[in-house]
Amino acid sequence: MTIFMDPTSERSPEARQPLPRPSDLMGKTVGLLDISKPRGDIFIDRLEDLLIQRGVKTKRYKKPTFTRVAPTELKQQIAEECDAVIESLAD
Amino acid sequence: MSYIVIVKEECATCQLVVPVLQALSEHVELTIYSQDNPGFPAGFEVNDDTDLAVSWRMNIETVPTIIKLSETGEEIDRTFGWDCAAWEALLGLELKQDIPAFRPGCGSMTQDPGMPEKLAAKYDRDLLKSRELSIASEEDDIEACFDRGWSDGLPVVPPTPERVMRMLTGTKRDPAEVIGVVPPDLVECSIEKIAINAVLAGCKPEYLPVVIAAVEAALQDEFCMHGLLATTYYSGPLVIVNGPLSRAIGMNSRGNALGQGNRANATIGRALQLVIRNVGGGKPGGVDRSVFGNPGKYTFCFAEDETNSCWESLSVERGFDETASTVTLFAADGMQGIVDQKSREPESLCRSFAAGLRVVGHPKMVLASDAILVVSPEHERVFRDAGWTKRQLKDRLMELLTISTDELIAGAGGIAEGLPEKLAGRQFPKFREGGLQVVRAGGSAGMFSAIIAGWGASGTIGSTPVTREIKLG
Repeated sequence: MTIFMDPTSERSPEARQPLPRPSDLMGKTVGLLDISKPRGDIFIDRLEDLLIQRGVKTKRYKKPTFTRVAPTELKQQIAEECDAVIESLAD
Repeated sequence: MSYIVIVKEECATCQLVVPVLQALSEHVELTIYSQDNPGFPAGFEVNDDTDLAVSWRMNIETVPTIIKLSETGEEIDRTFGWDCAAWEALLGLELKQDIPAFRPGCGSMTQDPGMPEKLAAKYDRDLLKSRELSIASEEDDIEACFDRGWSDGLPVVPPTPERVMRMLTGTKRDPAEVIGVVPPDLVECSIEKIAINAVLAGCKPEYLPVVIAAVEAALQDEFCMHGLLATTYYSGPLVIVNGPLSRAIGMNSRGNALGQGNRANATIGRALQLVIRNVGGGKPGGVDRSVFGNPGKYTFCFAEDETNSCWESLSVERGFDETASTVTLFAADGMQGIVDQKSREPESLCRSFAAGLRVVGHPKMVLASDAILVVSPEHERVFRDAGWTKRQLKDRLMELLTISTDELIAGAGGIAEGLPEKLAGRQFPKFREGGLQVVRAGGSAGMFSAIIAGWGASGTIGSTPVTREIKLG
């Protein structure tokens, strides 16, 4: 028998369940997160139109740059102010 | 006061000192350990050290070694080989013997080839905290590593405890020291994990400090390793090594510097990529979303040729002393050649360089990618003969690469790609301030230079090159 030293992080991640999906968006607030890729605003503008037409409130957010994960403060702010979030990637 | 003597029968000097030991045992408390035969020397109560446990713990390099202990068992002094005067000084006795006054000792068995790492793996194992994985004896070692997902696609060196212990001799840093958090899984990375991946990559222990510095640099926020891994762009980390250590470990900065064939160049860059893969969990098809990647994502590492350059090195430009050894990390695509065999004046050669640099990313793309221009000896000679500094070269390139936006707007030249039309009538530089680096490397024949384009997200929105000093301690 040969022994090897594990080169990995040895993580055994726990499977996390997504939060329950809202059954209806009526009267709820949906965050629209632009990750700061070019033309992301065009995509989000259209989504926002469609949501408002359906009586959904929206709030806009933007990551400082698409190359890094969203700052914790921004994630906390969205969690506090919204019932759901759509993160949009465009190019 | 007591004494320990470590011997082996195979050693002629150990045999020579047997009468001395016999005489000594009448005067002092003597404990003898034998590395090869507990029956040697005859006539003594000899302790069996054929497992070399005592010799290893006492750090014996030569036999015979005599160690003076205090009453509480702590070492006061030692001497090795047979040097009558040194033994007398240690013992505080006069040794009248009918043997030569001096004979060098023999190597301790703890120093036999391959033995130090075996003994370290056996007796210092508690230094290693990583999980041990048992591989069945019938299983092929190399295939076992592939099966566990540790490879970049090429065979890796199986990370046995012996190899990991040997790798760790390349640094004095604590294997448990955490040097940062590796993306994309954002897990802590210890010196030990770097050493294990350096084994996989095929590094020698003397490369380990360079690998550690490269990982430290990659984990700085401004390098943006997470984004560099995740991007659809071509890029991956390039390691440029400067300073005396690059020469001490035999890195290639000359012919084929950017190519294959040099172990240090090949394995240091590979080790960094394997840390990202194995510790960080960053794999193609997972968080690595690159459309093409590039061959440098197996390994991309070279040294700057400082000894033959008329220019200050990259690391000196970046604020380090020329005696310092450093790594500079750059978010790099592959290499594009720039061939100019006729220019003999700096202005002409600058124009060739600028024409090549203009197309980085796209001829209309500005203020996006950084770039590194690797200037060959024959091209550098043009600037050397004219007395041009590196600063002059860079400044002239930045001037030549200041472009009218009329050429860059969408639709210009019949190409839909481009800047919004509202930006027409302006001048934009191709590269951000500080976004163009010049280094000197390559073989002595050939009027070629090389452009290494950078990731399309440079500076604060993406990656900034990071330079770190390599610590040997």
